[in-house]
Amino acid sequence: MSTQSNTRVLAMLLLTGAVTALHSQPGPAGKFDEAAIERGKSAYSAACSFCHGSNARGGETGPDLVRSVLVIDDENGKELGAFLKTGRPAAGMPAFNLPENQVRDIAEYLHRLVYAAASRREYAILNIVTGNAQRGEAYFSGAGGCKACHSPAGDLKGIGAKYEPVILQDRFVNPRRTAIPGHPESEGIVANQGKTVRITPAAGPVVSGDLIRISDFHVTLRDAQGVTRTFARTANEPKVEIADALQAHMDLLRKYTDENIHDLTAYLVTLK
Amino acid sequence: MKTRFLLSFALAAGCGALLGQGPLDPALLGKPPVDAWPTYHGDYSGRHYSTLNQINQSNVKALSLAWVHRINISPAGAIVGGEGPEDAVGGAGNIIKGIPLMVNGISYFSTPDHAFAVDARTGQEIWHYFWKTKGGIHIGNRGMGMYNNWLFFETPDCYLVSLDASTGKERWHKLIADVKQEYFCTPAPLIVRNHVIVGLGGDSLDVPGWLESRDPETGDVQWKWYTTPRPGQPGAETWPDSYSMEHGGGMTWQPWTYDPQLNLLYVATGNPNPVLAGHSRAGDNLWTASIVALNPDTGKLVWSFQVSPHDTHDWDGTQVPVLIDDVVNGQPRKLLANASRNGIFFLLDRTNGKNLLSKPFIETLNWMKGIDAKGQPVPDAAKDPSIAGVLVSPNQTGATNWPAPSFSPDTGLFYVGTQQTYSMFYLTDTDKRPQGYGGINHPVGTLGNFLRAIDYKTGDIVWKHETASGAQGLLSTAGGLLFGNDGVGNFIAYDVKTGSPLWHAGIGNTTNAPQTYMLDGKQYVVVAVNDSLYAFYLQ
Repeated sequence: MSTQSNTRVLAMLLLTGAVTALHSQPGPAGKFDEAAIERGKSAYSAACSFCHGSNARGGETGPDLVRSVLVIDDENGKELGAFLKTGRPAAGMPAFNLPENQVRDIAEYLHRLVYAAASRREYAILNIVTGNAQRGEAYFSGAGGCKACHSPAGDLKGIGAKYEPVILQDRFVNPRRTAIPGHPESEGIVANQGKTVRITPAAGPVVSGDLIRISDFHVTLRDAQGVTRTFARTANEPKVEIADALQAHMDLLRKYTDENIHDLTAYLVTLK
Repeated sequence: MKTRFLLSFALAAGCGALLGQGPLDPALLGKPPVDAWPTYHGDYSGRHYSTLNQINQSNVKALSLAWVHRINISPAGAIVGGEGPEDAVGGAGNIIKGIPLMVNGISYFSTPDHAFAVDARTGQEIWHYFWKTKGGIHIGNRGMGMYNNWLFFETPDCYLVSLDASTGKERWHKLIADVKQEYFCTPAPLIVRNHVIVGLGGDSLDVPGWLESRDPETGDVQWKWYTTPRPGQPGAETWPDSYSMEHGGGMTWQPWTYDPQLNLLYVATGNPNPVLAGHSRAGDNLWTASIVALNPDTGKLVWSFQVSPHDTHDWDGTQVPVLIDDVVNGQPRKLLANASRNGIFFLLDRTNGKNLLSKPFIETLNWMKGIDAKGQPVPDAAKDPSIAGVLVSPNQTGATNWPAPSFSPDTGLFYVGTQQTYSMFYLTDTDKRPQGYGGINHPVGTLGNFLRAIDYKTGDIVWKHETASGAQGLLSTAGGLLFGNDGVGNFIAYDVKTGSPLWHAGIGNTTNAPQTYMLDGKQYVVVAVNDSLYAFYLQ
């Protein structure tokens, strides 16, 4: 696995919350024959790309094959093979006499392209380091207010070497983790990550801990000993005070410009 | 046709009383739901409001559990249909997102690949129909439509299936669209006289979207309305070429509303394709992300209003077009209200589509430059997905989503579950012909989710109550109650006027919108949590 694909896997792990919840396609492992795809790609380039374009999305004269219903409905080159034998001469598509195994390979290649277009999990974020590192440093020390909690020589030392840019960017824009798809119980926990709560009952001692969950009727915390405790609540009782260690990051969501985000990313990448 | 209607009236009266089961009286479809809940929305208006008040603010504290029904999706003992292989079992078939129909004491509902009849008095299963799937995205199913004694529902692999309501036996099934092209079908069909209105979904391969009408007897197509024009047709000027409009998406995946007096069907259409990469489809991209009025007899477009011109954030426009009748300045008005996924509340004159009000209902919205003379938002191109990423609120899931909002004519308030989410939107496909989504949305957090009450005449937020849930299915009643959930496992009855919780039950986060009806002199409130229906009443 190359560095490039490592990055992609990490980015995918990060994005799973966003993507898998909406899309439930199986991964390509085992679904495609990689050797056949390679052979099919060569055969495609030689026989088809002149009209249908180098990426099969259509060229000057030939239509888009990734969106072709004939290609999408094809199974193992069967329908494609039958079509290629006659072509569609009236529309400028000549007949092709290709060996059956080559048609199968081309079909496998085209099906892989269809899969790649339809499968959001496979999409790769491109180069996001487009900002100005100097401006990013100025924002870090100035308007962004980052230096109130962080320091390039302290907690952020070497951070640019530790994380790929896309993860680095995610860590400051999105300091709370994403909920685990299919696990509704993780939503509340993730939503409250970084929040602590202080509960003052009408009688009895004050209790503090990490906020786990809060509703109009109950508040649940985990105390320093790791014990989870739930308290009933009404509109007035007990007194509940919540503090968010990540509040400065949340506040930035309304203040950032996209240029600020790009510049800050470019700056953090330099902290190697 | 008349004879059949007369016959069904007679049958409804006879069988309903004697057997506790029987055909649907079609006259019920146009009335507020009282002793039946005959459509997904309860009636044609999409208000999710009930005139019932047996359960009200003074006694809601005594609301208690009548029954729980947990669905059993095992094919064993089920009536089996479908075109898939013998061992075909789809995913997510056990989550109830649809709203059951309740007719003559029986609840009828569907989930992906399954349909059920359940005794509305006891919660016991009457029959189970299992559909062997050919695949497709099993994200959800909104339920069924009913015509006389026949039920209609859609499957994830895009068939329309009709069942005999008495027995659950299949009458026929008809192909709507090709699952291999990534179409998948979730809507609850809507019955308008002798039309079964059918919609579909599918965002992954830039396929065309449409709405169609089928004959309830034969299942044959009566008309098909494409959500994007073809060259030479009105609206074609909002696309660069035929290639883009023929692959322009615009899905019809949410149940619709209907005005019998105007004979207009109100359809909210989905996003254009490619979804997040807009550079191959310059223009407004009509009639995607729009509210349109169609003639249900012909499928012809009467008017349209676009809620998200040139959408590049997957916001659709498919939230419920809620029909409101009111008297404004002494004049009776026929209005349409819609809280859109893009974060804007719209009020239209539903006779002609003219905009009366457009106002953001979340505080964080950052993607538009303003509202134009037609009342449509003007998107800020700087917030289109880019390679380096742009920070946009709301996120792809939107300021709200498919769960039904509610409108109470008693308060004049439009209730909607909202979220103030942000996402980074990245462009990943820079080809001149991008495909599929063409980009990635990465959610980065929320600055607060609220149940909001909007004054429909001004768009002002009259009250808001913080919840963890964001978008959620709602029901308001003449008992002064608003039923919803808080996202941390509580089903709640709120005070319609203030949003204060008056009653709750920790049954989990609800997965559909609550419904209510009278049965044996008792008002029931029924709601789903994942694989279970919970029925409540006053004992």
